[in-house]
Amino acid sequence: MSGKTLYDKIWEQHVVRSEEDGTALLYIDRHLVHEVTSPQAFEGLTLANRQPWRTSSMVAVVDHNVPTTDRSAGIADPVSRLQVETLDKNADSFKLQYFNINDVRQGIVHVIGPEQGATLPGMTVVCGDSHTATHGAFGALAFGIGTSEVEHVMATQCLLQKKMKNMLVRVDGELGVGVTAKDVVLAIIGKIGTAGGTGYTIEFGGSAIQSLSMEGRMTVCNMAIEGGARAGLVAVDQTTIDYVKDRPMAPKGEQWDAAVAAWRELTSDDDAVFDKVVVLDAAEIEPQVTWGTSPEMVTGVNSAVPAPADFDDAVKQNACSNALKYMGIEAKAPMTSIQIDKVFIGSCTNSRIEDLREAASVIKGRRVANNVKLALVVPGSGLVKKQAEQEGLDKLFIDAGFEWREPGCSMCLAMNADRLEPGERCASTSNRNFEGRQGAGGRTHLVSPAMASAAALAGHFVDVRSF
Amino acid sequence: MKAFTQVSGIVAPLDRSNVDTDAIIPKQYLKSIKRSGFGVTLFDDWRYLDPGEPGQDHAKRRVNPEFVLNQPNYQSANILLARENFGCGSSREHAVWALDDFGFRAVIAPSFADIFFNNSFKSGLLPIALSAEVVDTLFKRCAEDAQYSLTIDLAAQTVSDTQGWTQQFDIDPFRKHCLLNGLDDIGLTLQHSDAIKAYEAQRAKTAPWLFA
Repeated sequence: MSGKTLYDKIWEQHVVRSEEDGTALLYIDRHLVHEVTSPQAFEGLTLANRQPWRTSSMVAVVDHNVPTTDRSAGIADPVSRLQVETLDKNADSFKLQYFNINDVRQGIVHVIGPEQGATLPGMTVVCGDSHTATHGAFGALAFGIGTSEVEHVMATQCLLQKKMKNMLVRVDGELGVGVTAKDVVLAIIGKIGTAGGTGYTIEFGGSAIQSLSMEGRMTVCNMAIEGGARAGLVAVDQTTIDYVKDRPMAPKGEQWDAAVAAWRELTSDDDAVFDKVVVLDAAEIEPQVTWGTSPEMVTGVNSAVPAPADFDDAVKQNACSNALKYMGIEAKAPMTSIQIDKVFIGSCTNSRIEDLREAASVIKGRRVANNVKLALVVPGSGLVKKQAEQEGLDKLFIDAGFEWREPGCSMCLAMNADRLEPGERCASTSNRNFEGRQGAGGRTHLVSPAMASAAALAGHFVDVRSF
Repeated sequence: MKAFTQVSGIVAPLDRSNVDTDAIIPKQYLKSIKRSGFGVTLFDDWRYLDPGEPGQDHAKRRVNPEFVLNQPNYQSANILLARENFGCGSSREHAVWALDDFGFRAVIAPSFADIFFNNSFKSGLLPIALSAEVVDTLFKRCAEDAQYSLTIDLAAQTVSDTQGWTQQFDIDPFRKHCLLNGLDDIGLTLQHSDAIKAYEAQRAKTAPWLFA
């Protein structure tokens, strides 16, 4: 009998019972909650006269609707304000661990979970948010759920799930200078396609993944969902354990030792069999830029925009011509010829301290180009912001003409006031380039923090390696 | 949950792949704390020519006459036809609520994104995966007949038209059982409370830090 994958191991540890057709009742260790996908779940619970099963498993935070400018005036938009106040009330009445808008620990749910040690290796972690895949960087089985499932976890601590298939994405070799975790995951999505991981849990492995920091691994797992997989995983190693140690909610003392011993088992067995294996050569990955309206529409910065004729099937040709029309770019134009209007450095993909350091390191005394109307830097949490300020990164950004903001999801999805106007083009470190994602009619190009920073300074895309 | 047994109706063809949940229901409408009222802003950016905001009177907005759902014969469509990877992107169940609120009871596509697929069943919206070839045939029939209709029989797991064309589809037996009977998932799970408690007691011994 062959060995087990990391996914097999975590799955088996969490099955409470199974139906005849294999549908399992899966136990959930950590439930992260934010203001957008929870109000209807809390309401459903109350209407059915049910109590939450285990409130100590829940950590709540406001992130999607919060303003990134001065917060002393509150939230101007009454609809957003009501949603935030609804979580304030629910957190209070159900007595949840909650980071409200004024808490220094507030931030994007997928940044603060790991930061607080709420995310631990071997856990099952869910949240009403597709980027929950982020937490898989810790060797935790983490995936996004809808609001009905949020209510289901609240009421029962479990979810009804069918087991996914196992995919291994191995990135062998060493990444070139100036090539980051974001480029790796965009290259992976470019290779497997935006639905390539549908039905799978993806384990990311290989020497290039192992050499990434936890921040880098979170960036990779974060975008597993953009490749179609609800969950991404990276095996536990010393990097994982060093990151978790001494976090506020991490185990301490004897429990820490016992936990570490258990966590060291969280790797796929050498003889584990994957249903699908995809291999990339790290040395071949160059800085990536998306050109279209799906994350799979991506290419190297030194390439040209593709033409519909470059694709072999009619559905893809049609998608390409729709995308070019929406994006307002010409087939065959060099990616570096594309001028931008705005820059967004932030989101659950790229707003951690390492991302901000990477973006700041590109500046070297230069200023944001004249054609760039707005260059936003939005730290992922209050604590990331504080650390960046201690390192003087805020000054580097501000002196160069970037705006230094308060933490939140911000212009990744534009639920707050930060958004693109129709036709505006943005170099963005976020995760989705869908039509209208950053504002109706807005045009998004996904890049790494270094590439976004370089684009801000140049006014168009440039290869950060020669900038 | 609403039960699903048999549904017949007009098929609205949305000829796009990778229809994402931002397209199905844009972010500004997710600020609502309710489950209802999303139908009028389903596919908002494609359906209207001017930008929309929550709370406005959408009847006064400029409608995009090109968009399929704005064509008179599709106003009462209850089956949506689309290309591969329907519902990709965000986990927002609002996408399902919007389709349901518009009047759709089923979506037929070659494939669905996993989270959307799961969410659909929670509101009694049936996602049916048929091969790309079959879906292509259905698009052709819609192009030939603006009133093209299908009947979906969940118990028999068939999709059929009035000219004798029939196709089988797959569905997990457990999901089928819940959907046919309109069962409440949470109520079902709570019948296993003892098993959950026993699991917790055992797990607390082997991994006590998870219950600290």
